[in-house]
Amino acid sequence: MSSSSIVIKGIGASPGIAIGKAHLLEQGRIPVPQYSVFGEEALKGECNRFKEAVAKAEADLEAIKRTIRSEFKEHAHLLEVQQMILRDRSIYHESLRLIEKEGLNAQQALLQSISKARELFSALNDEYVQSRMADVDAAGDRVLRILAGQENLALDTIQERVIIIAHELSPADAIQLQVDRTLGVVTEIGGSTSHTSIVARSLNIPAVVGAESSTKLISMGDVLIIDGTTGRIIINPTQAEVGFYSDRQIELQNYVKEINRKAHLPAITQDGHRVSTEANIELLEEVVAAKDNGAEAIGLYRTEFFFMNRVDMPDEDALYRDYRDLSELIAPGNVTIRTLDLGADKLSAWYPKLEEVNPALGLRSIRLCLHHRDLFKTQLRAILRASAHAGNIKLMFPMVSGVAELLETKRILKEVQADLSRKRIPFDKQMSVGVMIEVPSAVAVADMLAAEVDFFSIGTNDLIQYSIGIDRSNENVAYLFEPLHPAVLRFIKQTVEAGHKAGIPVALCGEMAGEPMYVPILLGLKIDSFSMNPQSLPRVKNLIRRSRLKECCRLANRALRLRTADDVDESLKKTLMRDFPEEVRVFDPNALRDGYALQRRSRKPASRKGSIG
Amino acid sequence: MLIVPRNFSYQEEIVLNQSPEELPAQEQEFIVANKLGIHARVAAQIVKVACQFQSEVFISKCGISVNGKSILDVMTLVCPHGSKIHISAKGPDAHEALNALAALFQTKFGEP
Repeated sequence: MSSSSIVIKGIGASPGIAIGKAHLLEQGRIPVPQYSVFGEEALKGECNRFKEAVAKAEADLEAIKRTIRSEFKEHAHLLEVQQMILRDRSIYHESLRLIEKEGLNAQQALLQSISKARELFSALNDEYVQSRMADVDAAGDRVLRILAGQENLALDTIQERVIIIAHELSPADAIQLQVDRTLGVVTEIGGSTSHTSIVARSLNIPAVVGAESSTKLISMGDVLIIDGTTGRIIINPTQAEVGFYSDRQIELQNYVKEINRKAHLPAITQDGHRVSTEANIELLEEVVAAKDNGAEAIGLYRTEFFFMNRVDMPDEDALYRDYRDLSELIAPGNVTIRTLDLGADKLSAWYPKLEEVNPALGLRSIRLCLHHRDLFKTQLRAILRASAHAGNIKLMFPMVSGVAELLETKRILKEVQADLSRKRIPFDKQMSVGVMIEVPSAVAVADMLAAEVDFFSIGTNDLIQYSIGIDRSNENVAYLFEPLHPAVLRFIKQTVEAGHKAGIPVALCGEMAGEPMYVPILLGLKIDSFSMNPQSLPRVKNLIRRSRLKECCRLANRALRLRTADDVDESLKKTLMRDFPEEVRVFDPNALRDGYALQRRSRKPASRKGSIG
Repeated sequence: MLIVPRNFSYQEEIVLNQSPEELPAQEQEFIVANKLGIHARVAAQIVKVACQFQSEVFISKCGISVNGKSILDVMTLVCPHGSKIHISAKGPDAHEALNALAALFQTKFGEP
């Protein structure tokens, strides 16, 4: 690496490489002076100053609304909501009242009325509505900037093709991105699921988010290279770096086109081993994306959505229709419906909130269902009724911890089946029933569980958390979330062996299944089906088709003898570089040039995010 | 049902407005039928319609009443799918206001 260029590491949020000039959006702190206003004339003047600022903000929003590209017209309401907030009596009239009656200056009056709104929002126990406070803040910031004499973010005034650098893009900003003038996007905060990332992906604009200090380290007009896969940003690259990356840019575009074109081909290894590649979805609408990306089946249908965000319990018929429609859409492929996996911490309005010290170890998932039989039976009846149509529904119970729990669950299922038979309501009597393996106790007794079910599906996200005993949303210990921890690999192996000995297939539906780097080891561990986010399918399927089972098994055996996750990681990367050089080259070009060892991310908590290299 | 006005800045005004007046008043019950409930876009639609009329519009749920012309009020009333709400319009064009709002609810705000 050249000594003159600076490298910032963020989170790769939208794949692709962008090379171009930086355009910084000034969204720093807004100065907010505080003073008192005396005298009728002065008060009137301050009121007018406020009114004019609001009118200007309103007009700005109106102008932005007109320039939104057609594919984002549906998001125009975000701007409209901000306009209405500006004129809301609790903001507009309240601010004016505070100026007139209490002699506050316009900025302080506005801040005070916003903070009253914040109190109201924070008292709500609906997460969605709470998050709309962001709209109030965005509307308020717009007015505060005008009052401070600052220009607001004007994405539409950018005339050349640039890489946009901002602290953060609000949803309203993100939808203004001009696809023809935006080469890439860098933000200091945000994650791969934040709005900026989603919009960037949908527009195929490379993006790096969570790149700390980027607005300080990057100046207007700096030449940048950003890599939306690895999250790497190079400031003022050398001629050689520019050359290197522009070649890769073209290669990557061609490569992605190519693998997307082949996404519908079956996933068969070079030596003829076929695995199933399936999609994890939450909404019926996602079936389309799943099929487009080459999903052969739905390996995990999360059923929580229907139960959350509502005041009453959903009725059986509504659930039945949802499951039936899904099953008909994906037929002849299968759909694995997972029964309610609600945690006591994220329950709906119709369920009393439980005060649990440790919700992850509390009343959740199958335990909650066994606790609330009526609720569980309603869902089971809906699934069974839907199974009669296409005969492609598989039923899966989450978080089963042992045989007793499974037998109890199956007993309830039998009761519901018997009841349906009595009423002559049809259902698929051959429906497969499986369990998710996501707690260590289930792995330990996997052989006994296998005798009772038709399939296993390993939920690695929870399995990793429960076996290592960490909460990955806790940033103090998140670095310990190691999918390649030897214990995790052993658990996967034990589960697969127990399943295969009993003659049942073993799927994997955690995030691991969608990570291209893990393809060889998971194949080597003999996973029968990979279920992942629809977007990951083309890359994973491509790698499976290019693999040889025999070599993957050798790799897995070697990996199982290694003692740390880092060692396994290194061994996997070596294999990737040797067997899939083109994949590594297009997605992570530095790996080949620097060698992986040099850029291995440190696993110490202090340098977890955005280290400056 | 006891209606408690909830508006952090205009409590007094609302109480005044709710006192019996010599103006026609219209009321109706609605169920929020769209899948996502009254989220931001829907709240904006409701407020936009309400603001087209001279009449005061109040929306209440579980005994809490808010101003139908304030987007913050409507959003923070929190009305997910299946909520039972009560709308009352008071003023010279109360009848028209309620009809217009009823049309919105009946078409589920143009959503599934």
